[in-house]
Amino acid sequence: MISFETLYAAPLELIKHAPVLLVAGPLMGACAAALAPNSRWAWMISVAASIFAAWMALCVAGEVARKGVVDYAIGGFAPPLGIAFRIDWLSAMMGLLISFISVLAALYSGHALRAEVREEKHGLFQAGFLLCQAGLLGVVSTGDAFNAFVFLEVASIGTYALVALGADRDRRALPAAFNYLIMGTIGATFFVIGVGFLYAATGTLNMADIATRLVTLSDSRAVLAGFAFIVVGLGLKAAMFPLHGWLPNAYAYAPSLIAVFLSATATKAAIYLLARFLFTVFDPGSGFAHLFLVWVLAPLGAIAAIVCSLQAVFEPELRRMLAFSSVAQVGYILLGLSIASLGGMSAGLMHLTAHSLMKAALFMALGGVAILLRARTLADFAGAGRDAPWTMAAFAIAAASLMGLPLTFGFLTKFRLIEAALSANQIWIVAVIAASSLLALIYVGRMLEALFFRTPAPGAARAAEAPLGVLVPLWILAGVSVWFGVDASLPEGLANSGALALLGARP
Amino acid sequence: MSFLLDHLNYVAVVVLMMGGLFIVFSSGNLIKRMVGLAIFQTSTGLFYISLAKVSGGTAPIMINAASKEGQALAAELDLAYVAAHGLDGVVYSNPLPHVLILTAIVVGVSTLAVGLAIAVRLREAYGTLEADEIAALDRETPKSTGAGP
Repeated sequence: MISFETLYAAPLELIKHAPVLLVAGPLMGACAAALAPNSRWAWMISVAASIFAAWMALCVAGEVARKGVVDYAIGGFAPPLGIAFRIDWLSAMMGLLISFISVLAALYSGHALRAEVREEKHGLFQAGFLLCQAGLLGVVSTGDAFNAFVFLEVASIGTYALVALGADRDRRALPAAFNYLIMGTIGATFFVIGVGFLYAATGTLNMADIATRLVTLSDSRAVLAGFAFIVVGLGLKAAMFPLHGWLPNAYAYAPSLIAVFLSATATKAAIYLLARFLFTVFDPGSGFAHLFLVWVLAPLGAIAAIVCSLQAVFEPELRRMLAFSSVAQVGYILLGLSIASLGGMSAGLMHLTAHSLMKAALFMALGGVAILLRARTLADFAGAGRDAPWTMAAFAIAAASLMGLPLTFGFLTKFRLIEAALSANQIWIVAVIAASSLLALIYVGRMLEALFFRTPAPGAARAAEAPLGVLVPLWILAGVSVWFGVDASLPEGLANSGALALLGARP
Repeated sequence: MSFLLDHLNYVAVVVLMMGGLFIVFSSGNLIKRMVGLAIFQTSTGLFYISLAKVSGGTAPIMINAASKEGQALAAELDLAYVAAHGLDGVVYSNPLPHVLILTAIVVGVSTLAVGLAIAVRLREAYGTLEADEIAALDRETPKSTGAGP
């Protein structure tokens, strides 16, 4: 594993405040981008703020490598009275992932916005994008349950508006955004009700503090009710089957930049929070949490992996196909978490990383060529592989990772999931992963067949190679998918430390 | 029954919560859905404020008996209680949930604003605010590219 201690260089003051600057950077950037005089300025601010956040994420990871856990009391008020950021390996890993994807998405946005969104909205669009980024980074850094809700909503309200901006190209983005808003808000409100129950039972909002006080309260009915509300609320946000109804349309009709960014980060942050509550705040060994893992999370994950893959197989629209596949992949991650062993957890986290990388690449490649084609269905994309070989080659690599072909990151993470399931004696999980991979083979096969082997209808618009501003971030994503497939020491080390932080942090 | 009466504000929370959710799911009009959502969110406000109430507690403003304002505040309290416990023994309600719910109200208002803004755009693009009519329009013109450039 790369040693994070030596990787970063920053003034000491900056490193000291890195946990909060990680969130404040994009937040300030959002204000600046909203005031930017033109599209180019907004884009530069967005890229600069994203790179700054990534730098801070590296600094925080370095600090975590040195100290184990970084505590940061906001405004100098020490927890449990003040709000605290608490960053362990899991948070550091999520922060790195989100900020890395954000930088690439910001680079990509320069081209994508010009083609998809009206010029006068670019500044506000970038502001929304940065707000969303700040919210997600806040969710993974905070150690305070109510603060997590606020950040979750900062991110979500930004995304509702951004999804709706897809209406410049297709008005169906509007009902999609409205549905997303309703479901997302219900999810967030459920979460806040659950946090209220926990507060009533324990009298604190600091997650670590709640965990210590819950030890003696595990059969209190208020705690049980809180648990149920929190799990359902976060399930909605994370698109856990069957609460995923908002996701396919939101991803399909949003501007392509938002599809790239959301598919790679938003549901992942919600999964992070779910894992944080399931394993750090509640005791996974205690009765109800254990029952939930075994009898709810695992079956729902398995159903998602199968049913949503089937839906993807029969879906004619390419982006909706990828969206259904996202729900299926969330199922894989939840299956990994439900095994609740170190191996399962680490496999789930690795799959989370792999899925972020490949889905971002897939949506980015589609966005790169779809702008010219105005294409939605598989037939519209026919032959794009021959007209835009570089773009579609990257698509093919990411698709191979989605299928789980050897030498890609997706293969490795599925392999780890199966290993973990076997060592926990859960053969049925292996069967589910095998069946779902078979379905993935079919729908990815359909995509690649249309893209590479079908000839476009005569007179139809022809694709052209995506510009350099798309190709560079796209190939970075595809390259990382292959690099991690060959040498996974970096994500594996991070995922192992993250899993250890989740399981080992019990008081 | 007496249990329910003793917890009347929690009963109100549940009624508001379920009523709001019901409106969201049963109503086909998007504005009504937003109203339902707002009621649903408001119920959490009442829930948190109920949690904060300490029986016999007063507003969480420290009473400084040495100052004029403090004496004015103390005069508003239950005099028999103050006589029995002294000003140092005054019980305050928990201020934290009030602060939390202030934040949640802000979140709720922004959600409402964004939702209504999207509803306005929906009305411009589809000419209706009924969910089933919008769905029907989408089925008719699957290739629509909508408003804009």
